[in-house]
Amino acid sequence: MKTRLSLGQKSALLSLALFGVILLVWQLATLPAAPTVAAGVDPEYAALMGGGTSNAASSFPTPAAMAQTVWEKLSDPFYDNGPNDKGIGIQLAYSMARVLAGFFMAAAVAIPLGFAIGNSRMVYQAIDPYVQVLKPISPLAWMPLALYTIKDASASSIFVIFICSLWPMLINTAHGVANVRKDWLDVSRTLEVNPLRLAFRVILPAAAPTILTGMRISMGIAWLVIVAAEMLVGGTGIGYFVWNEWNNLSLTNVLFAILMIGVVGMALDSIFGVLGKRVAYQE
Amino acid sequence: MTNSTIHPFLQVEHLARAYPSPTGGDAVTVFDHVNFRIHKGEFVCVTGHSGCGKSTILNILAGLDTASAGNVFMDGREVAGPSLDRGVIFQSHALMPWLSVLENVAFAVKSRWPSWNKHKVHDHAMRYIELVGLKGAEHKKPSQLSGGMKQRVGIARAFSIEPKMLLMDEPFGALDALTRGVIQEELLKICAETQQTVFMITHDVDEAILLSDKIMLMSNGPHARIAEIVNNTLPRPRERSAIHREPHYYPIRNHLVDFLVSRSKQFGALRDAPDAPSSPTVFDPADLVEPAASAEPETLHTPPVGKPHIHLVNA
Repeated sequence: MKTRLSLGQKSALLSLALFGVILLVWQLATLPAAPTVAAGVDPEYAALMGGGTSNAASSFPTPAAMAQTVWEKLSDPFYDNGPNDKGIGIQLAYSMARVLAGFFMAAAVAIPLGFAIGNSRMVYQAIDPYVQVLKPISPLAWMPLALYTIKDASASSIFVIFICSLWPMLINTAHGVANVRKDWLDVSRTLEVNPLRLAFRVILPAAAPTILTGMRISMGIAWLVIVAAEMLVGGTGIGYFVWNEWNNLSLTNVLFAILMIGVVGMALDSIFGVLGKRVAYQE
Repeated sequence: MTNSTIHPFLQVEHLARAYPSPTGGDAVTVFDHVNFRIHKGEFVCVTGHSGCGKSTILNILAGLDTASAGNVFMDGREVAGPSLDRGVIFQSHALMPWLSVLENVAFAVKSRWPSWNKHKVHDHAMRYIELVGLKGAEHKKPSQLSGGMKQRVGIARAFSIEPKMLLMDEPFGALDALTRGVIQEELLKICAETQQTVFMITHDVDEAILLSDKIMLMSNGPHARIAEIVNNTLPRPRERSAIHREPHYYPIRNHLVDFLVSRSKQFGALRDAPDAPSSPTVFDPADLVEPAASAEPETLHTPPVGKPHIHLVNA
C-alpha cells in the first residue's frame, strides 16, 4: 500500500511518534527501582534523603500519575481552600492579571514615547543613552527598589513586568516609526495631511507590524519574568505555586505547573501572532 | 497668448541647488540658473541624463525639497512647501499597501475635501478609478495589482484631488513597454479631457514626443541648466501607432537624441565661455524649411549657417 501523505500529515505523524518516544522514556525512567539501600546505612536516614528503603516508586511521577493529576487539576481549576491551596485557574488568573496590567501600562508609555523618538532624531539621541543603560538590567534587579518604594508585593511584581515589557515595545515602535517609507510621507505632505491624521492613518498602520512584533516580544518576556517575580514575592500566582509545590516536594504539581506555564505562554504568543497577521501588509 | 506670456501659470526663476560636498570641500552645485515657464494646460516634459537634478527640480516644484537659490511662482504665488494644488505621481507609485485601491484614492479625496461625507468621497474616488479603467479592482490591495495597475491608481489618486498642476517623476519608468504604451495613451486622453497642466520627467524620448507640448532638455550636471527647449508641433489628438508618420516626428526625435548623445555633454564646457547663452535655445520644427535638414548633427558651437531653426530668445 503506497499512499502519499501531505507535508502536514507527515509532520503530525512525526510529532505523535516523538510524543510516544518521550512517554516511553519517561515511563522507563520512572519504573520502580530495585532496593538500593547500601548495607550499613540507617533506613530512616535513607528515607529522609529520598532513597526508598523498599522498591517504592520514585517521587518523580510516572506518565500515568501525571495524566491523572492533570485531569484532576483541570477538572476543578477554580477552588480556593485558603492561601496555600488554590486551583490552577485562580493562580494563572493572578499571574495573567499582573502580566496584563504591567504590559498595558508599558504599552501606554512605550508606544507614544516610541512615536516621539522615531519621529525626531533629536529626541532619539537624547533618550538613547538611557535606553541603552536601562535595557540590559534584569527586571528582577528592580524588585528591591520596587518593594521599598511601592511597599506592596503584588504591585511590585506588576512594576517588574512593566519595566521588562517597556524596552522591546519602545525600541520597535521607534524603529517602525523612523522607517516609514519616505514615499508615503511625501504623498501625505503633498496632500497636506494634518499631523494627527498623519500619525493615525499613515505612520501607525505603516509601523504597526514592527510595533506588534515588539509587543509580542514584550509579552513573551513578561510571561517569563512573572514566574520568577512571583517566586520572589510569594502569595499568589503560578510562580508562587511552583515554589510552594517544590516546598511540598510535589514534583507532580511542579511538572503540571510547568506544563501550564508553557501552554499559557504559547496561547499568549499565538494571540499576538494572529494580531500581527491582521496588521501585516504586503508591499 | 500675450496675456499668458506676461503672467505664466508657473514661473521658475534662477533656481539652483547645491549640496554640501561629502569630502568637506566646496558645495557641489547640481544645477543653477534654471529658468522656465509653463502655461496653463501645457504638458511639459523634461529630459536629461541622470544626475542633472531633474528630480530635485520636480521636488522643489512639489514643495518637498527646497532650492538653494531662486524662486518658483505658481498662479501668482510663491511655492513654499507642499500643497494640494500640485498633485504628484511618484515613480514608485507610493501607494499605501495597507489600503485598498479605493481607500488609497479616498484618502486623497478626503484630504482635499475634509468636509465631504463618506458617500460623496466614495463616489468621487470611484469616478477617477473608473477613469483609469480600474473599476472592479477597487477593493484589491496594491500587492494584488500589476505594476501598470498600481501606477494607474497613482494617476487616479493624483487626478482625484483636481490639482492645478500635476508633477510626474518618471511615472512609467518601471513598467514594461507594452503596459507603458497603453497607460501613456490613457494619460493622453485624460489630460485632453481635463486640460491638466503637467510637468513630467522622462528618460523616454518617444514618451516625451507622444505626450508633451514642450520638451525641456537639461545639460549634464554639475551646474546643469535647461539648455534647450523643443516645441513639440505634432498635431493633437496624437496616436501612438500613427505619430511617426507626422512630418515633424523625425526632426524632433533626431534633435532630442542628438542632444542626449552629444550636445548635453558639450554644454558644460560652453557655459563658461564669455558668449555662453544665458537662456535656453528654442528648437521649433515649424521653423524648418525642409524637415530632413535637421537630421544632421547640430552643435551649439557651430549652428548651421542659414538655417534659422535655432535662435536665442529672451527669457
